Amino acid sequence: MDIYTRRKAINIFNLTIAAITTLFGLFFLSWLLWVLFQQGFSNLDWSLFTLDTPGPGDEAGGLRNAIVGSLLLTVVGVMIGAPVGVLAGTYLAEFGRYAWISHPVRFINDVLLSAPSIVIGVFVYEVMVIPMGNFSGWSGAVALSIIVIPVVVRTTEDMMRLVPDSMREAAAALGAPQWKVVTCVVLKAALSGVMTGILLAIARIAGETAPLLFTALNNQFFTMNMDEPMGNLPVMIFNFAMGPYENWHDLAWAGSLLITLAVLTLNILTRFFLRTKK
Amino acid sequence: MNYTDTLIMNSYNKSPAPSNISLDVTGAVGVTDSATASHEKQNHQIEIENPKIEIKGLDFYYGKFHALYDINMRIPEKQVTAFIGPSGCGKSTLLRTFNRIYSLYPGQRAEGEILLDGRNILRRDEDINTLRAKVGMVFQKPTPFPMSIYDNIAFGVRLYERLSRKQMDERVEWALNKAALWDEVKDILKQSGKALSGGQQQRLCIARAIAVKPEVVLLDEPASALDPISTLKIEQLISELKDSYTIAIVTHNMQQAARVSDYTAFMYLGKLIEFNDTKTLFTNPQLDQTQDYITGRFG
Repeated sequence: MDIYTRRKAINIFNLTIAAITTLFGLFFLSWLLWVLFQQGFSNLDWSLFTLDTPGPGDEAGGLRNAIVGSLLLTVVGVMIGAPVGVLAGTYLAEFGRYAWISHPVRFINDVLLSAPSIVIGVFVYEVMVIPMGNFSGWSGAVALSIIVIPVVVRTTEDMMRLVPDSMREAAAALGAPQWKVVTCVVLKAALSGVMTGILLAIARIAGETAPLLFTALNNQFFTMNMDEPMGNLPVMIFNFAMGPYENWHDLAWAGSLLITLAVLTLNILTRFFLRTKK
Repeated sequence: MNYTDTLIMNSYNKSPAPSNISLDVTGAVGVTDSATASHEKQNHQIEIENPKIEIKGLDFYYGKFHALYDINMRIPEKQVTAFIGPSGCGKSTLLRTFNRIYSLYPGQRAEGEILLDGRNILRRDEDINTLRAKVGMVFQKPTPFPMSIYDNIAFGVRLYERLSRKQMDERVEWALNKAALWDEVKDILKQSGKALSGGQQQRLCIARAIAVKPEVVLLDEPASALDPISTLKIEQLISELKDSYTIAIVTHNMQQAARVSDYTAFMYLGKLIEFNDTKTLFTNPQLDQTQDYITGRFG
């Protein structure tokens, strides 16, 4: 067999394997989405957005309190976590690039990035819920922000490092002080990447259940008060999916679909941001 | 007759055969040539009166690596001074000390004195940002900022001057005109600087550098990434700019040095070997090492 034929054979073999594994992954993904869409859409109606979650035995019910709660928790969590993450990432990539402290910070951040989310829930339970005396929306938002921070730190640093040093030199050579170089030139060049990081972090916390079990807990009634326990979609799904009532199961499916669609939208937005960069 | 022809003629006229360049372990340069006694001469310089920049006993280190050895030279005001030499000889390193851009990186340090208008810019308490506003720099690769063409120019100006909108418009137009770019971009000032071609981007960078009205302009191989037509434009630009600015240019291209500069410095292995007016250096170099390099018989 000459070298050309052999290479061709190896190529066909590898392509076949690659195609099979791809199809394998896609099969389960589409199965999952199929079931989710089928069950979710059949239970989707306007009362989801107007009624609160039903108690045991209640006939009518929606997800208003859980949807609003999830939105509040996510928004507040990101508002706490994203600024901290962007500032810390900027420090690691720019001001503290050669500082000795950056190495341990980067290492600990990577550990935090892969920390089990239930550990973060227990941690916030210990430092916030117990001292405050009750479960609350605030403690839920803090737990989510602790998940946001390492993701944003990492992407911010990586994206700023992708900006070539020649850009920093060019700005510095005009007499720009370092903070001007960083804010006006480097951050601007890395902005789409940093935004992507924040969107990915939102997608990550949108479906987190474990940290909320110990913090925001759940609330069957509508509330916007962050000092009280707060309803949210992931914990609602967790409870209702295991509940004994048929209408609870239907609501759990509908909630799952809502979260999935939200995350899907975020991912599409992320792509959009990354593309306008070029 | 242009310098290039002279170079070729020179290499035939001059005998004997080129000297052998040998390096000893310390990295010092020795010239071994039995036919001449020039190996005793290590350095040759022309006298410059009223220099814009005066370098005294400059050593430069990248961490432990000693990159420049005891550089002494004077750079004349409102003239073009070219730095030539093989890769790694330290010409870019030297240029990067004039605006202390090296100090962005830890571990890089310069010792000695660099006097700009008689004032030592290597002093610890020197305000580096103000220095860089006075000593502009253009780099090898074009580096447009991620903003509009207009803002690319205005960015540096806004750092040190408060101009009205009209004044800023005038300044931007002035700088782009100086860089021979105005006619090409006057209708697309709001577009991103990255949308321009490589040659246009480099002229944008030159416009950006002169918009802040520096006294000295440093050019670090400004045309090496450009096609011949863009290179020609940049070279014409350099000749025009020297009426108002002191220019120092690093180039790999000896013909370019011969075309654009008034004075030329030849460097080798971190040392300044010969510094002379360009015509003399290319037609009648005083040291054999210079002769060998400009005739292409080097290494």
